[in-house]
Order: sequence, then C-alpha cells, then structure tokens
Amino acid sequence: MAKMTGLSFQAQVLVPGEGAGKALVLAEPLSLWGGLNPETGAIIDQRHSSLGENVHGRVLILPAGRGSSSASSILLEAVRLDKAPAAIITAETDAILALGAAVAREMYDRAPPVLVLPRPDYDVLENGRWITIAEDGTVTITE
Amino acid sequence: MALHLSTRDEALLNGELGPAAQMAMRILTTMAGVYDAQALLDIESAHIDGCLYHGYSGLEFARRLVAGRAQVVVPTTLNVGAVDLLHPEAFQGTAEVGRIAQELMQAYESMGCRPIFTCAPYQATQRPALGTQIAWAESNAIVFANSVLGARTNRYGDFIDICSAITGRAPAIGLHLTENRRGQILFQLIDIPQRLLCEDVFFPVLGYLLGAQSGTRIPVIEGLHPDTTEDELKALGAAAASSGAVALFHAVGVTPEAPTLAAALHDRPPEQVIDITLADLRQALTQMSTVPDGPIAVVALGSPHFSLDEFAALLPLLEKYPPHPQVEFIVCTQRLVLAALQKRGWLDLLRAAGVQVIVDTCVVVTPIVRAQHGSLMTNSGKFAHYTPGNTGLQVIFGSLEECVRSGSLGHVWRDEGLWQR
Repeated sequence: MAKMTGLSFQAQVLVPGEGAGKALVLAEPLSLWGGLNPETGAIIDQRHSSLGENVHGRVLILPAGRGSSSASSILLEAVRLDKAPAAIITAETDAILALGAAVAREMYDRAPPVLVLPRPDYDVLENGRWITIAEDGTVTITE
Repeated sequence: MALHLSTRDEALLNGELGPAAQMAMRILTTMAGVYDAQALLDIESAHIDGCLYHGYSGLEFARRLVAGRAQVVVPTTLNVGAVDLLHPEAFQGTAEVGRIAQELMQAYESMGCRPIFTCAPYQATQRPALGTQIAWAESNAIVFANSVLGARTNRYGDFIDICSAITGRAPAIGLHLTENRRGQILFQLIDIPQRLLCEDVFFPVLGYLLGAQSGTRIPVIEGLHPDTTEDELKALGAAAASSGAVALFHAVGVTPEAPTLAAALHDRPPEQVIDITLADLRQALTQMSTVPDGPIAVVALGSPHFSLDEFAALLPLLEKYPPHPQVEFIVCTQRLVLAALQKRGWLDLLRAAGVQVIVDTCVVVTPIVRAQHGSLMTNSGKFAHYTPGNTGLQVIFGSLEECVRSGSLGHVWRDEGLWQR
C-alpha cells in the first residue's frame, strides 16, 4: 500500500475546532453512555472490540455513535475531566456526539471538533496514524 | 441549505432576552446545522430528561442556565431524577452524589419546569393534542406522545430538551414533519391466539421484538385488538424504545394516525413486511431474561411509572400472593398516582404487604435496590433491557401475575398456558 502521509480530506464540520492526535479507529459504533468511562477515557463496553483502549487525546474515528441520548452528557463530563478525545470523526452524522461537543464548547470553552467524513474517504483513516484537523474541516494524515 | 431564523430567533441569539436564552439558541442553531434544518418551529410543550444526574458537568450546565435567568416559555415537565425526594432514604448511593443529584433536580424546577419527576408525563398532566409540535425527552415518553397521542416530537435528550423549552423552538426536521411520519416496516401478527392479544405480558414482548427489528425505522403493526388499552400501548412502546430506537409506531385501528393500513403507510407500499408468529414471540421472550428461571431477590415493577389502573390490577394479586419477606418488592410510580393511592387507602395495603413504593425515580437509573447480586424479576420490557447493565443484577421477565406469584414464593412461578396455543 502506498504511504498516505500528507494526504488531506475535506470533512463536513458539525462542531468546528482544531485538533491533532494519534488515530483510534473503532471497528463498530460505540455508545458513550455505558461505553466510555469519562473519569479515565477508557472504553468500557464489554461487547466492544476496542474494550480497554483509551480515547483521551486521540482522534477518535468511529462509524457512528449508538443508542442513548445520554451519550452527550458523558462526552461533556469527559471534557470537564480532561479525558476527551482530541477530535471525533464519524462516517455518518451523529447528532448526539455533536450536541455533547457543542455544549462543552459553551461550558468549558474547549471541545473536540466533530466532523463527518463519508466513505470511502473515511476508510483511508488508519489506526495509529497522526492526524491533524483544521478549523475549516481539513483532515490531514501527517505521519 | 441555509438556516432561516425568525426575528425573535435572531433577538434571542443576540442576547436580547438574557444570556441563558442566548446560549440555548446558540446550541439550538448549532444543532439545526447538524440536522441540516432549514428553520426552527414553535413547540407547545417540553419534557426534560436533563434533571437526571450523569456527572458534575450536568449540574454546572444547569447552574449556568439558572445564573443566566433561564425560564421555560412553554409548559414543561420534568423526567425522573436520581433521588426520590419524598423518600430520600431509599437512595443507596453516596451522600455526595445524592446531594448533587438533588440540587440538579431543584435547578430545573427553578427554571419553571413542573417537578412531576416522571417518565410517564402523559399520564400526569394535560396531554398534547393530535398534531401538536412538542419537544420531549425520555424514550418511552417520546414514543407514547408520537404514537398514542399523535403529537410530534423528535428524540430529544439531555441539554437540547431544556434549550427548546427556554426558547420555545425546535429544529423543523424528522418527526415534526408529516412526510417523515409514514410507516416503513409492516409487522403482521400471524395466527396469534386471541387470548394472548389481551394479556398484559404480550405487549412488552411484542415491543421488544419490534424494536430489535426496526432500528430507527417506523413500524406499523397490523392485528392488534381494537380495545388495546393505553397501559398496554405504553408497555409496547417502552420496550420498543429500549431494544431499538423506535420513536413512533402505528397500530392499525388503534393509534390515531393509523385508522387504516393505507393511512399508516401514507398510501405507499411498505419498505418491508415481517410476519410475527407465536414462535417469534417466544424467542423474544427468552431474550428478555438473562438467566434461567430460579430464585429471585427482587421484584421491580413500574417502568414506565405504574398507573393507577396498573395498581388496581396489582392489589388483588398481592392480596392472594403477598411478597416473601426475603424478596424486595418495589413499584416505581409518580407523585400524582401516589396521592391517589393514599386517598383510596391503597398505599396502606401496599405497605402492609411489604411493598416499597418509589416516586420521582426508578431502579435502573439510580441505586435503590439493596440486593447486590441475584435476580430481579419484572414485567417491564424496559427494566428487562437495562437491569443487567445498570444494576449488576440478572433479570427475569414475566407477566404481572408471574412476577407477583414469584415474589411470594421467592423463586420463579410460570403460567404454563400463557405462550401455548
């Protein structure tokens, strides 16, 4: 496979902001309520393939959220406790995650940007790569 | 598509009605962008889920609104909190969390919300009429309002619910719009015994099955008895909104937007047709329990909150089969029903039988159950879904009579004829 460093994509911006971090790609959707411990950033959903990974400071890449609307509360709590991801990229619009980030921006003046990068571009994002997100929604694989 | 705002929306956004209304409108317009809405619309009532404690940040958000002079502008009710304010001693969590959870409930009350603290607001207050635009949170209340009342709400939740109540506005998308209320999947009841169609236990099981198969699509049910009661529809909807994300269902000849099958489908063919047989229902039934029948530590009823009619069905059963002293028997309800129980002398009967009546909250959102392990038996599809994850207990699902008789014996009793032909 060709090296993808320097590759850029234009994502749809749901909640704007800048961010950078190592990609954490989830194979399936995750409900933050019951799926993420906001005090540690750890994924705690016992049935999830990324159980035990930590989202803190990572660019969290997942197909979509899942389930309860309380997920926005969990994201807000993770931001308050400085355990939130550096950015969130989904393949499909997830309003609950966007809401959590929008409220976090109001409350704490910091929030992970939330972007939508539809497939097939979404599939190019690989676990462990360094990813940079610009205010305008440009997603760049830098390492 | 650009978002068109009214003059009043702009005024709110510019802070002319105070900082809280400004923040609420800013969040709403951000979300309108996320949903790609072209406008906001007026709502006539709101039901708020944000008063349930999930973390300290929820309280900070509520405090920020209160400090910014937030007041709701439409009739607004509150969903459950984490503490039974009438019986605070029932709370088994830490004193610190209990204190924060109570302050959160009071903060929402101070914004002008009615402190009814129930997940069944549709059985407490004046109900929204057919076609009314509303912004409701709480999955079972949403599905009841949309399906049984024919009011129109999307699946609102924490934060956006109160933003809508403070501004009186909601993004004009989804189930607010007629064209998005069309039934999509047709479920046909095939050869289900007539007797079973009138049993209370049939409805949560059917709902659980429907939710799992519908996902976010709108199911239409053909074959329900025309005399299906409101409590039965409530149980069906709550189960469907637990196993899936169902926000609206149509039942042909029963719910207001489905006088006929054609009306439910907006005169178009269904996207999918699924037959439901007795065997399918039996399979769903097994999925609703996490352990085989055996000893039980707890019986929990009342999700959604028990109605007076449901208590009327419970009392004669309790008289015949009083709870075993080793079994915690808990019924969750709302204050208005509690007052009616007191007035009728029923509360004394319940207490004499050893039943714990909880208001303002329920056993899957806050620590109430004292048992640390063992099985909880319930007739609620919603409790069946959330008990294992939220309480750490195993769950066994059954009919109301099965729950009461099991509670009396201390182990599961089954009505063997129930699911037979």
